[in-house]
Amino acid sequence: MTGFDFPPPAMPPGTDALRAEVRAFLADSQEALGWRPDSDFGSDWSAAFSCALGARGWIGMCWPRRYGGHERSALERYVVIEELLAAGAPVYAHWVADRQSGPLLLRFGTEEQRQTILPRIAAGECYFAIGMSEPDSGSDLASVRTRAERTADGWRINGTKVWTSNAHRSQYMIALCRTGPAGESRHEGLSQFLIDLEADGVKVSPIVNLAGKHDFNECVFEDVVIPADRLIGQEGDGWRQVTGELALERSGPERILSTFHLFAALVEAAGPEPEPRLAEAIGRLTAEFYALRAMSLAVAGQLEKGELPEVEAAIVKDMGTRFEAEVVETLRRAVPAEPVAGGSANAPSLEAALGATVLGLPSFTLRGGTNEVLRSIIARGLGVR
Amino acid sequence: MSDETARLVEQIADDLFAAESEAAREALVQNRWPQRIWQIFAETGLAHAALPEEAGGAGLAAGLAVLRAAGRHAAPIPVAETMIGTLLCHRAGAEAPDGPLTLYAPPAGALAPQPEVQDDIVAATLPRVPWARIATVLAVGAPGQGLAFLKPSNVIEGANLAGEPRDDVAVSGPPDRVLPLPPEVDGFALMALARAAQLRGAMEQVLAMSLQYASDRVQFGRPLKRFQAIQHYLAEIAGEAAATGAAVDAAAQASNTFGFAAAKARASQAAGTVARLAHQVHGAIGYTAEHDLHHWTKRLWAWRDECGNEAYWWQGLGAHAAQGGGAALWPAMVAASGSAVEEAASGSAVAEEGDRP
Repeated sequence: MTGFDFPPPAMPPGTDALRAEVRAFLADSQEALGWRPDSDFGSDWSAAFSCALGARGWIGMCWPRRYGGHERSALERYVVIEELLAAGAPVYAHWVADRQSGPLLLRFGTEEQRQTILPRIAAGECYFAIGMSEPDSGSDLASVRTRAERTADGWRINGTKVWTSNAHRSQYMIALCRTGPAGESRHEGLSQFLIDLEADGVKVSPIVNLAGKHDFNECVFEDVVIPADRLIGQEGDGWRQVTGELALERSGPERILSTFHLFAALVEAAGPEPEPRLAEAIGRLTAEFYALRAMSLAVAGQLEKGELPEVEAAIVKDMGTRFEAEVVETLRRAVPAEPVAGGSANAPSLEAALGATVLGLPSFTLRGGTNEVLRSIIARGLGVR
Repeated sequence: MSDETARLVEQIADDLFAAESEAAREALVQNRWPQRIWQIFAETGLAHAALPEEAGGAGLAAGLAVLRAAGRHAAPIPVAETMIGTLLCHRAGAEAPDGPLTLYAPPAGALAPQPEVQDDIVAATLPRVPWARIATVLAVGAPGQGLAFLKPSNVIEGANLAGEPRDDVAVSGPPDRVLPLPPEVDGFALMALARAAQLRGAMEQVLAMSLQYASDRVQFGRPLKRFQAIQHYLAEIAGEAAATGAAVDAAAQASNTFGFAAAKARASQAAGTVARLAHQVHGAIGYTAEHDLHHWTKRLWAWRDECGNEAYWWQGLGAHAAQGGGAALWPAMVAASGSAVEEAASGSAVAEEGDRP
């Protein structure tokens, strides 16, 4: 059979109750912490929210209990995070650590790292940055030049990482470095390292984005010396690790829900009995969302079974991010509202939310792999590359 | 119904349609009823596949797998109409009549004249009924109305873009019989889901043909598949087909009208994109009558507008989604998706109510 199937997974028992628990928690937390909904997971940083969520057992949900986890299934985690995102909760602080850095350490970290770091992530106290892109290595990740050289009792790191979200407020980075020749495949000689962002020789400087926000950074490493056990897994295993991480990074509900708050705003503005043209526009988004959520859930089901659905994840992110943009286009045509800059997406007015999202949209189809790279991955999955 | 059963049923259907469809399409071009493929289809019992297991079927998902295979091979017999007709007969508590069935199932609301599916049809012309010239004509009205066995007084032959019979049926006088249907049964939405499953199969075939052609055809000294623009077209075709498939599978699992609507809307939307890009990949040869591509792209163009096009279903979905206001949108989306819950003992999916629309 040609193409890709996304079979619906069977949900674990009790997910309806879990969903209800999360909704109740969110209502309480919104009142207690005063956050305002903003569906883009990349926008709001709240350590207090992360700690409250950790206390409920909803970070590191699938990890073993001995590392602070809760031994829930990937599908239960899916239910929790889609509820958080749909409510526009401020999940950004712990997001990367929960989604990919923690699972990476669980799989490849030393016992000491698992025991000391994972419980702090699960508690909502420990945050991670992703050190993949460099000034000369964006989509072409295999060309990274940050070097890690062996010393007598560890490694010395030199190089520069860019577009590093939250390096200025995270404790750690997982950095992809060159440790040997690239080989014919260009994928050899790469290794990942756990780097303490407070270490000597690490310099973090802001890169302000076009919306005027400080989200990502430039991170310069000058003779940063780290112990031998900070190598993640085996030397030369970096490409395989990164590929696995990207499958996690690309398929989650954050790739279809980033503008859900504007979808809800559109429905609210349309009223309970929208005229046919508007109903049609809402229905178009509804059908697309129905398909995308089914696809994203199916990938979660595949991950639960231990599969690594790299191509399926690429399909979800390519189509999901285009849907997110379509929500914005539909809303601005339908309402109509002039987007207002300067506010943030959690400003009260529709215009400010629209403005923040219009300015955020270009990044949606870039972060975690551009849509063009994703389509090339899909083409390779089809056997034509 | 296990995934294994569905796979087995799909395999049987795929083997049959792969072997027999081409000759059958030729027969149809010569205006002959393709008796051979129909006979095998009937003998294998595939017409009953969508029925629940206790009624001798394998469940809705398995039925949709048969339709997917029928679409993949462009099988020119009323597979969807007979399977959904059989399912509706079952829901009405009746044995389905032997032979091909067809269904006049207008949408609740608009698009076509509403038949009064009671015992008092006096005179009506029902437009574009698939295969009415050779099939027993059933009709369902809006949910809550019954299932009528019509007595056509005249059939005016017509066809869709792919040459599949779409006949106008004149009815005068009461139906043979009218059976009550449970109120939740939406015959029109079920037919829409069936078409979506056929569209999915046709898209898979179009993708396969495009991949093959892009590998074989050399231009500028390299196969088309080495051009990034072509790679991205192929990726987009695969994505559209995958989204259609995911929506159909999810709808089968949720087994509600919202899901059927979403599946047909998504499939109809995808059909145009898939056909357009496939022709772009194939170039001029794909535009000829000689090349096989048109058997599938014509079906995509025909089926996307049958049983409600995407705009029709978008309106219904939009009206439903807007009912509760912005705050209710998310809970409504989750509730409508109604996923299966794992069985504690076996860990397999519960899809036993697969035939309940």
